[in-house]
This record gives sequence, structure tokens and C-alpha cells, in this order.
Amino acid sequence: MAHQEISTVPFGVMAEFPSATALVSAARQTREAGYTKVDAYAPYPIAELADALKLPRNRVPLVVLIGGLLGLIAGYGLQYWASVLEYPLNIGGRPLHSMPAFIVPAYETTILFASLAAVLGMILLNGLPMHYHPVFNVPRFAAASSDGFFLTIETADPKYDVQGTRRFLDELHPLGVSDIAA
Amino acid sequence: MAQPAHSTDRAGQVAAVQSAVSTREASIAQVMEPGHGFTSVTDKIAQIVLRPGIMPGWLVGFVIAFALMSMFLFAVTVLLVKGTGIWGVNIPVGWGFAIVNFVWWIGIGHAGTLISAILLLFRQRWRMSIARFAEAMTLFAVACAGMFPVLHTGRPWLGYWLLPYPNSMGLWPQFRSPLIWDVFAVSTYATVSLLFWYVGLIPDLATMRDRAKSIYVKRIFGLVALGWRGSAMHWQRYETASLLLAGLATPLVVSVHTVVSFDFAVSVIPGWHATIFPPYFVAGAIYSGFAMVLTLVIPIRAYYGLEGFITVRHIQNMAKIMLATGLIVLYGYSVEAFMSWYSASPAEGFMIANRVTGPYWWAYASLIFCNGVVPQTLWFKRVRTNIPLLFVIALIVNVGMWLERYVIVVTSLNRDFLPSAWGMYSGTIWDWMTYVGTIGLFAWLLFLFVRFVPMISIFEMRTIVPDAAVDEHRAH
Repeated sequence: MAHQEISTVPFGVMAEFPSATALVSAARQTREAGYTKVDAYAPYPIAELADALKLPRNRVPLVVLIGGLLGLIAGYGLQYWASVLEYPLNIGGRPLHSMPAFIVPAYETTILFASLAAVLGMILLNGLPMHYHPVFNVPRFAAASSDGFFLTIETADPKYDVQGTRRFLDELHPLGVSDIAA
Repeated sequence: MAQPAHSTDRAGQVAAVQSAVSTREASIAQVMEPGHGFTSVTDKIAQIVLRPGIMPGWLVGFVIAFALMSMFLFAVTVLLVKGTGIWGVNIPVGWGFAIVNFVWWIGIGHAGTLISAILLLFRQRWRMSIARFAEAMTLFAVACAGMFPVLHTGRPWLGYWLLPYPNSMGLWPQFRSPLIWDVFAVSTYATVSLLFWYVGLIPDLATMRDRAKSIYVKRIFGLVALGWRGSAMHWQRYETASLLLAGLATPLVVSVHTVVSFDFAVSVIPGWHATIFPPYFVAGAIYSGFAMVLTLVIPIRAYYGLEGFITVRHIQNMAKIMLATGLIVLYGYSVEAFMSWYSASPAEGFMIANRVTGPYWWAYASLIFCNGVVPQTLWFKRVRTNIPLLFVIALIVNVGMWLERYVIVVTSLNRDFLPSAWGMYSGTIWDWMTYVGTIGLFAWLLFLFVRFVPMISIFEMRTIVPDAAVDEHRAH
């Protein structure tokens, strides 16, 4: 066990910052310095981080749109198929294809499928559930869910250098820097 | 922005809090009492769940709720053995307590979605500390609501017949019926409410995982937190998904009570066949829901000492929404009366006369008192900021909204077109036991919720801590 841990390359380096402002500023400088495999961790959503880290636009809206359209087609299609094709039932001469009535359940299935798509899309695009991640190996990281602000640079980053990256992080005035065991 | 957020100077914080709370006016304007930082917010909310042992007050409430829930189970068992004949429903009043309670409960749920979805879209910061709680209330209220139509079918074990599924009988639900629309609306509402609630919980479950001392507690929270780690990319998708869910839940919540009102309005019964029903039902739902949120939040904030998070401003804003929606409901009553005259339909005219002066006059009079007269006191700031008085008003509104559904269901059915088919209705002991039993079920679920899940969204509360704002110009 111990031999393996020593021989593996660490996942990356982690620096802790005292505030959201310091984290955003450090994230911006890190990206501007040319690092690409950078991530920031905060106990609440910080809108400025998306710009600082140059995060790509996320695809959750597209997933929700597809979910909603599928829900609409499934809901309306089910009613049309059941009421017009599979079991046509003449009730007082009302049209088999009762569009105004069919809109209501189709409206509900649209919302149902779109909401399921939003939740599953967000969870799966985030790579969750993932019950092991190297960042949790840093004991101090438990604070990321209450009051800690962290920045990580992965060893997989092309610009990563054992001493250089650590020195770079030290210059950003962090509270502390530690290696992340893989 | 110089100071680290996690100041350890607790004594200083406490002093700041005390001096701030001393001025009542200041606390009215606040959505959070001054002096809080990331650590104090997290500690305060998380410790309610993580503290070992059971608080005696909680235990007493839990036991009472459990006893009432057991009564519900008993009443349902008798119902299953003997059939719906034990209830008061009969011809002509075939829709009794079951539908009254269904509409009452589902309406209560609406405030939760309004607070968490609509107020989120409007970026109302005061929603944050009450949203989680109100969403849980929605979930439990919908669970209680769902019991009634299913039990009312008479053979609840065949409740799945309501759903469209391929079956050996080759039959499909009647999609042209509002009752089937209700199945779709209510089941979608229950599902989306659950999703909304769970998504809102994920970051807080991660907080609980990271703070739990016991390895078992840590593992359970860890499992349901899905490995959330608060990465910037995660938060970005999370925020998008939350906003879109809010955007989807908003038209949904309006549609749910609209469809419930269609159950009545699409029929030709005098007093039901009215176009005012959808907006009037939706407003009534929000009105009763806010009354229920106040009924629950006022004792809970006192018991758990959460006055710093659920401030007088929250209470006052909820009272204002209650006043506004209460006025819409009152307008609905007026339009009903006006239309019964304006329609020139003898059946409609008789319906309103019967409703106001007939055998159920007491229900209509109490309804106007509870929903029309009492809420007018909310025009006064002194009433809106008087917490015990507001609690009593909220209770009266809860009763009023139950009476409203009772009046709509019973007075329209008991005397319709043919005098030879008239009849009286009253709930039996089993009706009452089932109804009060669901209040027990609701309370029981709420007691479990406040004990095992953080009842205020911790991560959202962090965003309104003064240190949360980013100011890059002052960074160096």
C-alpha cells in the first residue's frame, strides 16, 4: 500500500484563500498565467468564477429543452394514440382528437420531463454521483462546504511543474498550499 | 475585503448581534441579523441536525403527531375493511370531506413552490431562509392531499388504474376528463417538488457530510450528497439547473390548482360552473399556503432560536402576501355572487341564496369572517409585526380556507336543480378522524424533517453574508 502511494503522481496542488474575492482574483491570475486544468471550490455559487476561470457555457439548458420536447411529444402522442388509434370511443359525437383537452396532460408531461432532464442533466454532467475524488484527500478541504475557498491545479496540466507551480501559488498569498494525493 | 470570513471572535459576534437586535426597526429591514459570517451561519443551522440527543419539546410534539398519524392509519384500516359507506358521502353530496381535504392540502403546498420558484425568479433575497422549509411543507402537504382521492375511489388498491399503462383489459384513461388531468397535474407536481427540494439539499448534505462526527452519519449524508464538492463548474451547472427548475415550477404551480378548479368548473353544477374558478383557486391556494408557512415557522423559529435568520421582515412579507391573495379570494366570492345574479339563471340565483341563508349559512358566514374580515387587520403594520397575533390570524385563515372548500363542495351539491333530489350532508366521525389524522401525518413528517435535514438552506444563507460579495478592485 504505502509503496503504491509514494510511487503514484499526486493529483495536483491545492491552495486555500481567505475570501471569495481572493479566490476569484487568484483564479483569474492562474488562468492568465496559462494553466488550463484549474478548478476552484467554494461553499456557495460565485458568479464571477465562471469568468475568471473562463468556464465553457454549460449544456444544461440544451438538455432541458430536449427533455421538454420529448415530454410534449410523449404526452400528446400517448393521448392521441390511446384515444384515436388504439381505443376510439365515441362519446356524444365529440371528436376523437380532442385537442383542447389533450393539451392539459401534455403540458404537465412537458414540465415533468423537462424537470427530470434538468436534475439528471445537472447531476450527470457534473460527473455525480462520484464518491471518491482526490481533493477530499486534503484534510483542510472539508471546509470547502462551510467557509473555505480553494484553488487546484492538476498535475495533468501541460504547464505543471513540481516546484514552479507551487512557487506560483505561493505568490498569490494563499493561507496554505498542499499536495493532493491521487 | 481584507478579513478572512471565518472569524473566530465569537464574543465579538455575539455582542454585535445583541446590539443590533435591540432596535426593533433595524430587525424589520433585515433578511439576516448582522454579525453573521460563513462559519456562524453554517454552525447555527447544521447543529440543529448534528447535535446528539433529543430535545424534550421536539419529542412531545413528535409523539402527539405520531399518535394522530396512528389514528389516521386506524381510520383508513376501518375504511378498507368496511368501505366508503362509513364516510358521510352519499347522493346528492357525493363529494364530501375527501375532496374538501384534497383541495385544502394541495392548496397549502402552493406556497412552498411560490417561495422557492417564483420568488427565486424575482431574486427576492428574503425567500432564502424560508424556502427549504416551505418546500418540505409542500412535499408533505401533497402527500396528504394524494391520500384522499385515492381513498375516495373506494378501491385504493386499484389506484394505478388511473395511470395510462398497457393492460389486459385494453382500456385507457379518459383523457378528456379533468379528473385525469388532475392525476397528471398532481403527480407531476409531487415529482417536481421532490426534485426541487432534493436539488436544493445537495450542497447542504455535503456540508453535513463534512461536519458529521459519527462515521455512520457521515456515510449516510455522504451517500445522498452524491460526492458534491462545490467546484466552480458544478456550481455553474447547479445554478442553471435551479433557475430552469424554478422557471418550470412556476407555470406548473399555476396549472395545478387551475386543473383542480377544472374538476369543478368543467361540470354544470350551479356554483361550480364559473370561469373565475382557476385564478380564484390559485390565489386561494397561495393564501392558505402562506397561512400554513406562518403557522409552522412562528413556533419553530422561536423553539430553535432562528430569529436571526427568519426575521420580522420575513414574517411581515408573508403577511403582506397573505393580505394580497386574501383580497383576490374575497374578489372571487364577490364575483361568484355577482355572476349568480348577472347570469339570470334561476339555479345559480338559488344557489347563492341557499349558500348564504340556507342550512349551511353558518359555514358561509364563518368563511367570510375568517377569509374576508380577519385578514383586513393585516393592513396595519402593528398587526403584521405582532408575531403571536399573526400566528392566531394564520390559524384562522387555515380554518377559513378549509371552510371555503366545504362551502363550495357541499352547498352546491346538497340542493341542485331538482328539489326532490335534495339532501343534507355532514362528515362522520371517520371523516374527521381521517382529516385530523392527515394533519398528524403532516406534522410527523415535519418533525422528522427538522430533526434530520438542515431546515434552512445553508449555502443560500452564505450568499447573503456580507463577506460573500466579490470585489476584485479592492483585492490588492
